[in-house]
Amino acid sequence: MGGYGDIQLLRDDGLRLDGRKIDEMRPVSIEAGILPAADGSAMVTHGLNVAVAAVYGPMEAHPRKIQRQDRAVIDVRYNMAPFSTSDRIRPGYNRRSREISKVTAEALESVVLVERFPRSKIRVEIEILAAEAGTRCAGITAASVALADAGIPMRDFIVGVASGKVEDTVVLDLDKAEDNYGQADLPVGILPNTGEIAFLQMDGDLSPDEYNLAMEYNFKAAAEIHEIMVDALKKRYEGGEN
Amino acid sequence: MAELVPTLLRQELARLAEADQRMDGRERFEAREVTLETDCLYNAEGSAKVTMGKTIVYAGVKFEIRTPWPDRPAEGSLMCGAELRPVAHRKYEPGPPSPESIELGRVVDRGIRESGCIDMAGLCIVPGEKVWGVMIDIHVLSDGGNIFDACGLAAIAALRTAVVPAERFDVGEDYTLKVNGTPIMASFTRVGGRYIYDPSEEEELGGDERIHITLGDEGHLHSLQKGLRGVFTPAEFAEIFDVAQQRCGELRNIVANQEGN
Repeated sequence: MGGYGDIQLLRDDGLRLDGRKIDEMRPVSIEAGILPAADGSAMVTHGLNVAVAAVYGPMEAHPRKIQRQDRAVIDVRYNMAPFSTSDRIRPGYNRRSREISKVTAEALESVVLVERFPRSKIRVEIEILAAEAGTRCAGITAASVALADAGIPMRDFIVGVASGKVEDTVVLDLDKAEDNYGQADLPVGILPNTGEIAFLQMDGDLSPDEYNLAMEYNFKAAAEIHEIMVDALKKRYEGGEN
Repeated sequence: MAELVPTLLRQELARLAEADQRMDGRERFEAREVTLETDCLYNAEGSAKVTMGKTIVYAGVKFEIRTPWPDRPAEGSLMCGAELRPVAHRKYEPGPPSPESIELGRVVDRGIRESGCIDMAGLCIVPGEKVWGVMIDIHVLSDGGNIFDACGLAAIAALRTAVVPAERFDVGEDYTLKVNGTPIMASFTRVGGRYIYDPSEEEELGGDERIHITLGDEGHLHSLQKGLRGVFTPAEFAEIFDVAQQRCGELRNIVANQEGN
Protein backbone atom coordinates (compact mmCIF):
# COMPACT_ATOMS: atom_id res chain seq x y z
CA MET A 1 0.00 0.00 0.00
CA GLY A 2 0.90 3.65 -0.02
CA GLY A 3 0.85 5.02 -3.54
CA TYR A 4 2.86 3.79 -6.47
CA GLY A 5 4.12 7.21 -7.54
CA ASP A 6 3.59 7.44 -11.24
CA ILE A 7 0.12 5.91 -11.39
CA GLN A 8 -2.47 8.64 -11.49
CA LEU A 9 -5.82 7.57 -10.06
CA LEU A 10 -7.58 10.93 -9.97
CA ARG A 11 -7.94 12.98 -13.12
CA ASP A 12 -7.12 16.67 -13.32
CA ASP A 13 -10.84 17.48 -13.26
CA GLY A 14 -11.16 15.74 -9.88
CA LEU A 15 -13.03 12.74 -11.24
CA ARG A 16 -11.78 9.16 -11.07
CA LEU A 17 -10.33 7.18 -13.98
CA ASP A 18 -13.70 5.61 -14.78
CA GLY A 19 -15.40 9.03 -14.62
CA ARG A 20 -17.01 8.60 -11.20
CA LYS A 21 -17.16 11.32 -8.54
CA ILE A 22 -15.20 10.54 -5.37
CA ASP A 23 -18.37 9.64 -3.47
CA GLU A 24 -20.04 7.79 -6.33
CA MET A 25 -20.70 4.06 -6.28
CA ARG A 26 -20.39 1.74 -9.28
CA PRO A 27 -23.76 0.63 -10.67
CA VAL A 28 -25.37 -2.20 -8.71
CA SER A 29 -28.08 -4.58 -9.84
CA ILE A 30 -29.54 -7.52 -7.95
CA GLU A 31 -31.69 -10.46 -8.94
CA ALA A 32 -33.24 -12.82 -6.38
CA GLY A 33 -34.16 -16.46 -6.85
CA ILE A 34 -31.97 -17.20 -9.86
CA LEU A 35 -30.89 -20.76 -8.98
CA PRO A 36 -33.71 -23.34 -9.20
CA ALA A 37 -31.86 -26.02 -7.20
CA ALA A 38 -31.25 -23.80 -4.16
CA ASP A 39 -33.64 -22.94 -1.31
CA GLY A 40 -32.73 -19.29 -1.82
CA SER A 41 -30.39 -17.49 -4.19
CA ALA A 42 -29.30 -14.14 -5.57
CA MET A 43 -26.96 -12.61 -8.11
CA VAL A 44 -25.32 -9.28 -7.39
CA THR A 45 -23.63 -7.32 -10.16
CA HIS A 46 -21.56 -4.54 -8.63
CA GLY A 47 -19.62 -2.69 -11.29
CA LEU A 48 -17.79 -5.50 -13.09
CA ASN A 49 -18.07 -7.89 -10.14
CA VAL A 50 -20.53 -10.75 -10.36
CA ALA A 51 -21.35 -12.63 -7.14
CA VAL A 52 -23.85 -15.48 -6.89
CA ALA A 53 -25.10 -16.81 -3.56
CA ALA A 54 -27.07 -19.99 -2.87
CA VAL A 55 -28.64 -20.94 0.47
CA TYR A 56 -29.47 -24.50 1.50
CA GLY A 57 -31.25 -25.35 4.74
CA PRO A 58 -31.74 -25.16 7.61
CA MET A 59 -30.60 -28.79 7.50
CA GLU A 60 -29.06 -31.32 9.87
CA ALA A 61 -25.62 -30.17 10.97
CA HIS A 62 -22.85 -32.53 9.84
CA PRO A 63 -20.35 -33.46 11.11
CA ARG A 64 -21.87 -33.60 14.56
CA LYS A 65 -19.05 -31.75 16.26
CA ILE A 66 -20.07 -28.50 14.52
CA GLN A 67 -23.57 -28.67 16.06
CA ARG A 68 -24.61 -26.06 18.60
CA GLN A 69 -27.28 -27.12 21.10
CA ASP A 70 -28.89 -23.68 21.23
CA ARG A 71 -28.61 -22.35 17.68
CA ALA A 72 -27.92 -22.97 14.01
CA VAL A 73 -24.42 -22.64 12.57
CA ILE A 74 -23.93 -20.87 9.28
CA ASP A 75 -21.49 -22.59 6.96
CA VAL A 76 -20.20 -20.11 4.38
CA ARG A 77 -18.02 -20.92 1.41
CA TYR A 78 -16.69 -17.97 -0.56
CA ASN A 79 -15.09 -19.19 -3.78
CA MET A 80 -13.66 -17.49 -6.83
CA ALA A 81 -14.28 -19.27 -10.13
CA PRO A 82 -11.06 -20.12 -12.01
CA PHE A 83 -12.02 -17.70 -14.80
CA SER A 84 -13.08 -14.84 -12.52
CA THR A 85 -9.77 -12.98 -12.60
CA SER A 86 -7.25 -11.85 -15.16
CA ASP A 87 -4.88 -14.73 -14.34
CA ARG A 88 -6.63 -18.07 -13.91
CA ILE A 89 -7.06 -19.19 -10.30
CA ARG A 90 -6.29 -22.80 -9.50
CA PRO A 91 -9.55 -24.36 -8.22
CA GLY A 92 -9.85 -25.02 -4.51
CA TYR A 93 -9.68 -23.29 -1.17
CA ASN A 94 -6.84 -20.92 -0.32
CA ARG A 95 -6.00 -18.84 2.76
CA ARG A 96 -7.74 -15.75 1.43
CA SER A 97 -11.02 -17.51 0.65
CA ARG A 98 -10.95 -19.35 3.99
CA GLU A 99 -10.58 -16.12 5.92
CA ILE A 100 -13.30 -14.34 3.94
CA SER A 101 -15.61 -17.33 4.42
CA LYS A 102 -15.03 -17.29 8.16
CA VAL A 103 -15.68 -13.60 8.78
CA THR A 104 -18.63 -13.59 6.40
CA ALA A 105 -20.19 -16.52 8.31
CA GLU A 106 -19.71 -14.68 11.59
CA ALA A 107 -21.30 -11.54 10.14
CA LEU A 108 -24.32 -13.49 8.87
CA GLU A 109 -24.67 -15.28 12.22
CA SER A 110 -25.09 -11.85 13.80
CA VAL A 111 -28.26 -11.08 11.82
CA VAL A 112 -29.88 -14.47 11.20
CA LEU A 113 -32.15 -15.58 14.06
CA VAL A 114 -29.99 -18.66 14.53
CA GLU A 115 -31.56 -19.52 17.89
CA ARG A 116 -34.73 -20.51 16.00
CA PHE A 117 -32.93 -23.56 14.54
CA PRO A 118 -30.96 -25.36 17.26
CA ARG A 119 -28.53 -28.10 16.14
CA SER A 120 -29.00 -27.27 12.49
CA LYS A 121 -26.86 -25.85 9.74
CA ILE A 122 -27.54 -23.24 7.09
CA ARG A 123 -25.27 -23.51 4.08
CA VAL A 124 -24.36 -20.33 2.22
CA GLU A 125 -22.39 -20.76 -0.98
CA ILE A 126 -20.87 -17.62 -2.50
CA GLU A 127 -19.44 -17.99 -6.00
CA ILE A 128 -17.56 -15.12 -7.62
CA LEU A 129 -17.91 -15.33 -11.41
CA ALA A 130 -16.14 -12.06 -12.22
CA ALA A 131 -13.81 -10.20 -9.87
CA GLU A 132 -12.83 -6.58 -10.21
CA ALA A 133 -12.29 -5.36 -6.60
CA GLY A 134 -15.05 -5.61 -4.03
CA THR A 135 -16.04 -9.27 -4.32
CA ARG A 136 -16.34 -9.94 -0.60
CA CYS A 137 -18.81 -7.05 -0.30
CA ALA A 138 -20.82 -8.17 -3.32
CA GLY A 139 -20.78 -11.68 -1.80
CA ILE A 140 -22.18 -10.47 1.53
CA THR A 141 -24.93 -8.53 -0.21
CA ALA A 142 -25.78 -11.55 -2.35
CA ALA A 143 -25.80 -13.84 0.72
CA SER A 144 -28.24 -11.52 2.54
CA VAL A 145 -30.67 -11.49 -0.35
CA ALA A 146 -30.34 -15.27 -0.81
CA LEU A 147 -31.08 -15.86 2.90
CA ALA A 148 -34.17 -13.68 2.67
CA ASP A 149 -35.18 -15.49 -0.54
CA ALA A 150 -34.86 -18.79 1.35
CA GLY A 151 -37.27 -17.49 3.98
CA ILE A 152 -34.68 -17.59 6.77
CA PRO A 153 -35.66 -15.14 9.53
CA MET A 154 -33.22 -12.26 10.02
CA ARG A 155 -33.35 -9.16 12.14
CA ASP A 156 -31.84 -7.09 9.33
CA PHE A 157 -29.98 -7.35 6.04
CA ILE A 158 -26.24 -6.93 5.77
CA VAL A 159 -25.11 -4.70 2.94
CA GLY A 160 -21.51 -5.09 1.80
CA VAL A 161 -19.82 -1.80 0.84
CA ALA A 162 -16.28 -0.43 0.78
CA SER A 163 -14.52 2.90 0.73
CA GLY A 164 -10.83 3.61 0.54
CA LYS A 165 -8.14 6.14 -0.16
CA VAL A 166 -6.37 7.02 -3.39
CA GLU A 167 -3.95 9.89 -3.85
CA ASP A 168 -4.67 11.05 -0.29
CA THR A 169 -8.37 11.35 -1.10
CA VAL A 170 -11.10 9.24 0.45
CA VAL A 171 -13.23 7.63 -2.26
CA LEU A 172 -16.30 5.39 -2.21
CA ASP A 173 -16.20 1.91 -3.73
CA LEU A 174 -12.71 1.21 -5.08
CA ASP A 175 -12.38 -0.30 -8.53
CA LYS A 176 -9.56 -2.64 -9.55
CA ALA A 177 -6.92 0.01 -10.31
CA GLU A 178 -7.77 1.94 -7.15
CA ASP A 179 -7.60 -1.22 -5.09
CA ASN A 180 -4.24 -2.21 -6.56
CA TYR A 181 -2.54 1.17 -6.39
CA GLY A 182 -4.51 2.99 -3.69
CA GLN A 183 -3.56 3.64 -0.08
CA ALA A 184 -6.37 2.04 1.91
CA ASP A 185 -9.45 -0.16 1.67
CA LEU A 186 -12.27 -0.34 4.23
CA PRO A 187 -14.85 -3.02 3.43
CA VAL A 188 -17.77 -3.21 5.87
CA GLY A 189 -21.08 -4.99 6.27
CA ILE A 190 -23.78 -2.59 7.40
CA LEU A 191 -27.20 -3.39 8.87
CA PRO A 192 -29.25 -0.81 6.99
CA ASN A 193 -32.16 -0.60 9.44
CA THR A 194 -30.27 -0.52 12.74
CA GLY A 195 -27.12 1.24 11.53
CA GLU A 196 -24.95 -1.42 13.13
CA ILE A 197 -21.88 -3.02 11.58
CA ALA A 198 -21.52 -6.80 11.32
CA PHE A 199 -18.47 -7.07 9.05
CA LEU A 200 -15.31 -4.99 9.23
CA GLN A 201 -11.92 -5.27 7.62
CA MET A 202 -9.37 -2.67 6.63
CA ASP A 203 -5.89 -2.43 5.30
CA GLY A 204 -3.65 0.46 4.36
CA ASP A 205 -3.33 3.83 6.02
CA LEU A 206 -6.22 6.07 7.15
CA SER A 207 -6.24 9.00 9.58
CA PRO A 208 -9.12 9.09 12.10
CA ASP A 209 -10.80 11.80 10.01
CA GLU A 210 -10.33 9.79 6.84
CA TYR A 211 -11.83 6.75 8.58
CA ASN A 212 -14.88 8.78 9.59
CA LEU A 213 -15.37 10.11 6.07
CA ALA A 214 -14.91 6.64 4.53
CA MET A 215 -17.50 5.27 6.95
CA GLU A 216 -19.88 8.11 6.09
CA TYR A 217 -19.56 7.21 2.41
CA ASN A 218 -20.13 3.55 3.26
CA PHE A 219 -23.38 4.29 5.10
CA LYS A 220 -24.61 6.43 2.22
CA ALA A 221 -23.88 3.64 -0.27
CA ALA A 222 -25.42 1.00 2.02
CA ALA A 223 -28.72 2.89 2.00
CA GLU A 224 -28.69 2.94 -1.81
CA ILE A 225 -27.88 -0.77 -2.12
CA HIS A 226 -30.48 -1.63 0.53
CA GLU A 227 -33.20 -0.18 -1.70
CA ILE A 228 -32.00 -2.30 -4.61
CA MET A 229 -32.03 -5.42 -2.40
CA VAL A 230 -35.60 -4.77 -1.28
CA ASP A 231 -36.68 -4.13 -4.88
CA ALA A 232 -35.10 -7.40 -6.00
CA LEU A 233 -37.04 -9.36 -3.40
CA LYS A 234 -40.28 -7.54 -4.14
CA LYS A 235 -39.85 -8.28 -7.83
CA ARG A 236 -39.24 -11.95 -7.05
CA TYR A 237 -42.43 -12.37 -5.04
CA GLU A 238 -44.75 -10.10 -6.96
CA GLY A 239 -47.56 -11.73 -8.90
CA GLY A 240 -47.90 -14.70 -6.58
CA GLU A 241 -44.98 -16.72 -7.90
CA ASN A 242 -43.94 -19.27 -5.23
CA MET B 1 -34.72 -42.47 4.07
CA ALA B 2 -32.39 -41.65 1.25
CA GLU B 3 -33.33 -45.00 -0.29
CA LEU B 4 -37.06 -44.74 0.32
CA VAL B 5 -37.70 -41.80 -1.97
CA PRO B 6 -35.98 -43.31 -5.02
CA THR B 7 -37.91 -46.54 -4.50
CA LEU B 8 -41.24 -44.72 -4.68
CA LEU B 9 -39.93 -42.52 -7.44
CA ARG B 10 -38.78 -45.55 -9.44
CA GLN B 11 -42.23 -47.09 -9.16
CA GLU B 12 -43.83 -43.91 -10.42
CA LEU B 13 -41.31 -43.57 -13.27
CA ALA B 14 -41.91 -47.20 -14.27
CA ARG B 15 -45.64 -46.60 -14.31
CA LEU B 16 -45.21 -43.53 -16.51
CA ALA B 17 -42.85 -45.40 -18.85
CA GLU B 18 -45.49 -48.05 -19.32
CA ALA B 19 -47.80 -45.35 -20.69
CA ASP B 20 -44.92 -43.80 -22.65
CA GLN B 21 -45.10 -40.64 -20.56
CA ARG B 22 -42.64 -38.51 -18.61
CA MET B 23 -43.07 -36.75 -15.31
CA ASP B 24 -42.88 -33.27 -16.80
CA GLY B 25 -45.10 -34.16 -19.74
CA ARG B 26 -42.30 -34.36 -22.32
CA GLU B 27 -42.08 -36.92 -25.11
CA ARG B 28 -39.44 -39.59 -24.68
CA PHE B 29 -36.80 -37.79 -26.76
CA GLU B 30 -38.02 -34.25 -26.23
CA ALA B 31 -35.62 -31.64 -24.84
CA ARG B 32 -36.26 -28.96 -22.29
CA GLU B 33 -35.83 -25.36 -23.37
CA VAL B 34 -32.19 -24.45 -23.94
CA THR B 35 -30.77 -20.95 -23.69
CA LEU B 36 -27.24 -19.91 -24.61
CA GLU B 37 -25.47 -16.65 -23.84
CA THR B 38 -21.86 -15.94 -24.77
CA ASP B 39 -19.28 -13.31 -23.74
CA CYS B 40 -20.98 -13.05 -20.39
CA LEU B 41 -17.99 -13.20 -18.00
CA TYR B 42 -15.87 -10.08 -17.84
CA ASN B 43 -12.47 -11.57 -16.98
CA ALA B 44 -12.67 -14.72 -19.08
CA GLU B 45 -11.17 -14.73 -22.59
CA GLY B 46 -14.20 -16.66 -23.80
CA SER B 47 -17.37 -17.47 -21.91
CA ALA B 48 -20.83 -18.96 -22.11
CA LYS B 49 -23.87 -19.49 -19.95
CA VAL B 50 -26.22 -22.37 -20.72
CA THR B 51 -29.56 -23.17 -19.16
CA MET B 52 -31.42 -26.43 -19.78
CA GLY B 53 -34.61 -26.41 -17.77
CA LYS B 54 -33.54 -25.91 -14.16
CA THR B 55 -29.85 -26.53 -14.93
CA ILE B 56 -27.53 -23.52 -15.08
CA VAL B 57 -23.89 -23.83 -16.17
CA TYR B 58 -21.13 -21.32 -16.91
CA ALA B 59 -17.91 -21.98 -18.81
CA GLY B 60 -14.91 -19.67 -18.97
CA VAL B 61 -11.76 -19.93 -21.08
CA LYS B 62 -8.37 -18.75 -19.83
CA PHE B 63 -4.94 -18.89 -21.50
CA GLU B 64 -1.48 -19.29 -20.08
CA ILE B 65 1.97 -19.51 -21.59
CA ARG B 66 3.83 -22.70 -20.73
CA THR B 67 6.72 -24.78 -21.93
CA PRO B 68 5.63 -27.54 -24.35
CA TRP B 69 5.68 -31.22 -23.49
CA PRO B 70 9.09 -32.66 -24.51
CA ASP B 71 7.52 -35.11 -26.99
CA ARG B 72 5.40 -32.37 -28.62
CA PRO B 73 7.66 -29.32 -28.72
CA ALA B 74 5.57 -27.42 -31.28
CA GLU B 75 2.10 -28.00 -29.85
CA GLY B 76 0.02 -26.17 -27.30
CA SER B 77 -2.36 -27.86 -24.92
CA LEU B 78 -6.02 -27.97 -24.00
CA MET B 79 -7.50 -28.77 -20.63
CA CYS B 80 -11.12 -28.88 -19.66
CA GLY B 81 -12.25 -29.25 -16.06
CA ALA B 82 -15.59 -29.16 -14.32
CA GLU B 83 -16.40 -28.26 -10.77
CA LEU B 84 -19.44 -29.63 -8.99
CA ARG B 85 -19.38 -27.22 -6.11
CA PRO B 86 -21.86 -27.25 -3.23
CA VAL B 87 -23.56 -24.19 -4.72
CA ALA B 88 -25.15 -26.37 -7.41
CA HIS B 89 -27.24 -28.70 -5.28
CA ARG B 90 -27.67 -29.77 -1.69
CA LYS B 91 -26.29 -33.20 -2.59
CA TYR B 92 -22.82 -31.81 -3.38
CA GLU B 93 -20.35 -31.62 -0.51
CA PRO B 94 -17.32 -29.40 -0.16
CA GLY B 95 -13.94 -31.05 -0.56
CA PRO B 96 -11.51 -32.23 -3.21
CA PRO B 97 -12.88 -32.93 -6.71
CA SER B 98 -15.30 -35.87 -6.60
CA PRO B 99 -15.11 -38.80 -9.07
CA GLU B 100 -18.35 -37.42 -10.59
CA SER B 101 -16.85 -34.01 -11.35
CA ILE B 102 -13.67 -35.58 -12.74
CA GLU B 103 -15.70 -37.83 -15.03
CA LEU B 104 -17.80 -34.88 -16.17
CA GLY B 105 -14.77 -32.73 -17.00
CA ARG B 106 -12.98 -35.55 -18.79
CA VAL B 107 -15.96 -36.57 -20.92
CA VAL B 108 -16.43 -32.97 -22.07
CA ASP B 109 -12.66 -32.65 -22.60
CA ARG B 110 -12.51 -35.75 -24.80
CA GLY B 111 -15.39 -34.63 -26.99
CA ILE B 112 -13.71 -31.32 -27.74
CA ARG B 113 -10.15 -32.63 -27.99
CA GLU B 114 -10.91 -35.66 -30.16
CA SER B 115 -13.05 -33.69 -32.58
CA GLY B 116 -9.82 -31.98 -33.58
CA CYS B 117 -11.53 -28.60 -33.51
CA ILE B 118 -8.47 -27.02 -31.90
CA ASP B 119 -5.30 -27.01 -33.97
CA MET B 120 -2.67 -27.71 -31.30
CA ALA B 121 0.17 -26.72 -33.63
CA GLY B 122 -1.51 -23.34 -34.02
CA LEU B 123 -1.03 -22.79 -30.29
CA CYS B 124 2.76 -22.83 -30.59
CA ILE B 125 4.52 -19.50 -30.00
CA VAL B 126 8.21 -20.52 -29.99
CA PRO B 127 8.85 -24.23 -30.72
CA GLY B 128 10.39 -26.00 -27.76
CA GLU B 129 10.01 -22.94 -25.56
CA LYS B 130 6.62 -21.28 -25.44
CA VAL B 131 3.16 -22.55 -26.25
CA TRP B 132 -0.36 -21.56 -25.25
CA GLY B 133 -2.20 -23.63 -22.69
CA VAL B 134 -5.96 -23.29 -23.17
CA MET B 135 -8.04 -23.95 -20.10
CA ILE B 136 -11.79 -24.35 -20.10
CA ASP B 137 -13.29 -24.25 -16.62
CA ILE B 138 -16.89 -25.30 -16.24
CA HIS B 139 -18.85 -24.10 -13.25
CA VAL B 140 -22.19 -25.74 -12.51
CA LEU B 141 -24.39 -23.29 -10.58
CA SER B 142 -27.64 -25.25 -10.52
CA ASP B 143 -28.02 -28.98 -11.12
CA GLY B 144 -31.52 -29.58 -12.43
CA GLY B 145 -30.53 -32.68 -14.39
CA ASN B 146 -28.40 -33.43 -17.47
CA ILE B 147 -25.44 -31.30 -16.50
CA PHE B 148 -23.28 -33.26 -18.99
CA ASP B 149 -25.00 -31.80 -22.05
CA ALA B 150 -25.18 -28.33 -20.50
CA CYS B 151 -21.45 -28.45 -19.67
CA GLY B 152 -20.53 -29.73 -23.13
CA LEU B 153 -22.52 -26.98 -24.81
CA ALA B 154 -21.17 -24.24 -22.53
CA ALA B 155 -17.58 -25.42 -23.04
CA ILE B 156 -17.62 -25.43 -26.84
CA ALA B 157 -19.64 -22.19 -27.04
CA ALA B 158 -17.15 -20.47 -24.71
CA LEU B 159 -14.20 -21.85 -26.66
CA ARG B 160 -15.65 -20.60 -29.93
CA THR B 161 -15.80 -17.04 -28.59
CA ALA B 162 -12.29 -17.08 -27.07
CA VAL B 163 -9.77 -14.35 -27.88
CA VAL B 164 -6.10 -15.22 -27.33
CA PRO B 165 -4.75 -12.50 -25.00
CA ALA B 166 -1.38 -12.18 -26.76
CA GLU B 167 -0.95 -8.49 -25.91
CA ARG B 168 -1.26 -9.09 -22.19
CA PHE B 169 1.52 -11.69 -22.42
CA ASP B 170 3.67 -9.54 -24.75
CA VAL B 171 3.68 -12.03 -27.63
CA GLY B 172 1.93 -10.07 -30.36
CA GLU B 173 -1.60 -8.92 -31.02
CA ASP B 174 -4.78 -10.44 -29.65
CA TYR B 175 -6.56 -12.73 -32.08
CA THR B 176 -9.67 -14.89 -32.12
CA LEU B 177 -8.92 -18.52 -31.36
CA LYS B 178 -9.42 -20.69 -34.41
CA VAL B 179 -11.97 -23.41 -33.70
CA ASN B 180 -12.81 -25.76 -36.58
CA GLY B 181 -16.05 -27.39 -35.63
CA THR B 182 -18.67 -27.59 -32.96
CA PRO B 183 -18.67 -30.95 -31.15
CA ILE B 184 -21.94 -31.42 -29.27
CA MET B 185 -22.94 -33.90 -26.60
CA ALA B 186 -26.27 -35.69 -26.25
CA SER B 187 -27.06 -37.67 -23.11
CA PHE B 188 -29.56 -40.41 -22.41
CA THR B 189 -30.62 -42.03 -19.14
CA ARG B 190 -32.52 -45.25 -18.65
CA VAL B 191 -35.74 -44.37 -16.84
CA GLY B 192 -38.47 -46.86 -16.17
CA GLY B 193 -36.65 -49.40 -18.35
CA ARG B 194 -36.18 -47.33 -21.52
CA TYR B 195 -33.84 -44.57 -22.56
CA ILE B 196 -34.99 -40.97 -22.50
CA TYR B 197 -33.16 -37.88 -23.74
CA ASP B 198 -32.22 -34.90 -21.52
CA PRO B 199 -33.06 -36.35 -18.08
CA SER B 200 -34.49 -34.08 -15.41
CA GLU B 201 -33.28 -34.16 -11.82
CA GLU B 202 -36.05 -36.58 -10.81
CA GLU B 203 -35.37 -38.85 -13.77
CA GLU B 204 -31.70 -39.04 -12.82
CA LEU B 205 -32.56 -39.76 -9.17
CA GLY B 206 -34.96 -42.54 -10.10
CA GLY B 207 -33.13 -43.74 -13.22
CA ASP B 208 -30.35 -46.14 -14.08
CA GLU B 209 -27.30 -45.96 -16.33
CA ARG B 210 -26.60 -43.09 -18.68
CA ILE B 211 -24.93 -42.81 -22.08
CA HIS B 212 -23.17 -39.70 -23.37
CA ILE B 213 -22.52 -39.31 -27.10
CA THR B 214 -20.45 -36.46 -28.55
CA LEU B 215 -20.77 -35.88 -32.28
CA GLY B 216 -18.82 -33.62 -34.63
CA ASP B 217 -20.09 -31.47 -37.49
CA GLU B 218 -20.11 -34.43 -39.91
CA GLY B 219 -21.97 -36.64 -37.47
CA HIS B 220 -18.84 -38.60 -36.52
CA LEU B 221 -18.47 -39.93 -32.98
CA HIS B 222 -15.76 -38.26 -30.90
CA SER B 223 -16.55 -39.36 -27.38
CA LEU B 224 -18.69 -42.03 -25.78
CA GLN B 225 -19.22 -42.76 -22.14
CA LYS B 226 -21.44 -45.09 -20.21
CA GLY B 227 -21.90 -44.13 -16.57
CA LEU B 228 -23.53 -45.81 -13.58
CA ARG B 229 -24.73 -49.38 -13.09
CA GLY B 230 -26.61 -51.02 -15.96
CA VAL B 231 -26.31 -52.61 -19.42
CA PHE B 232 -27.74 -51.84 -22.85
CA THR B 233 -28.21 -53.63 -26.16
CA PRO B 234 -26.84 -52.61 -29.58
CA ALA B 235 -30.44 -52.05 -30.71
CA GLU B 236 -31.00 -49.59 -27.88
CA PHE B 237 -27.84 -47.74 -28.83
CA ALA B 238 -28.90 -47.56 -32.47
CA GLU B 239 -32.15 -45.94 -31.43
CA ILE B 240 -30.61 -43.23 -29.26
CA PHE B 241 -27.80 -42.66 -31.74
CA ASP B 242 -30.33 -41.50 -34.32
CA VAL B 243 -31.82 -39.13 -31.77
CA ALA B 244 -28.34 -37.87 -30.90
CA GLN B 245 -27.60 -37.09 -34.55
CA GLN B 246 -30.72 -35.00 -34.83
CA ARG B 247 -30.44 -33.27 -31.47
CA CYS B 248 -26.72 -32.44 -31.86
CA GLY B 249 -27.58 -30.75 -35.15
CA GLU B 250 -30.23 -28.63 -33.44
CA LEU B 251 -27.90 -27.60 -30.64
CA ARG B 252 -25.15 -26.81 -33.17
CA ASN B 253 -27.60 -24.43 -34.83
CA ILE B 254 -28.19 -22.71 -31.49
CA VAL B 255 -24.42 -22.12 -31.21
CA ALA B 256 -24.25 -20.87 -34.80
CA ASN B 257 -27.22 -18.53 -34.31
CA GLN B 258 -25.69 -17.11 -31.16
CA GLU B 259 -22.47 -16.39 -33.08
CA GLY B 260 -24.41 -14.81 -35.92
CA ASN B 261 -25.79 -12.15 -33.59
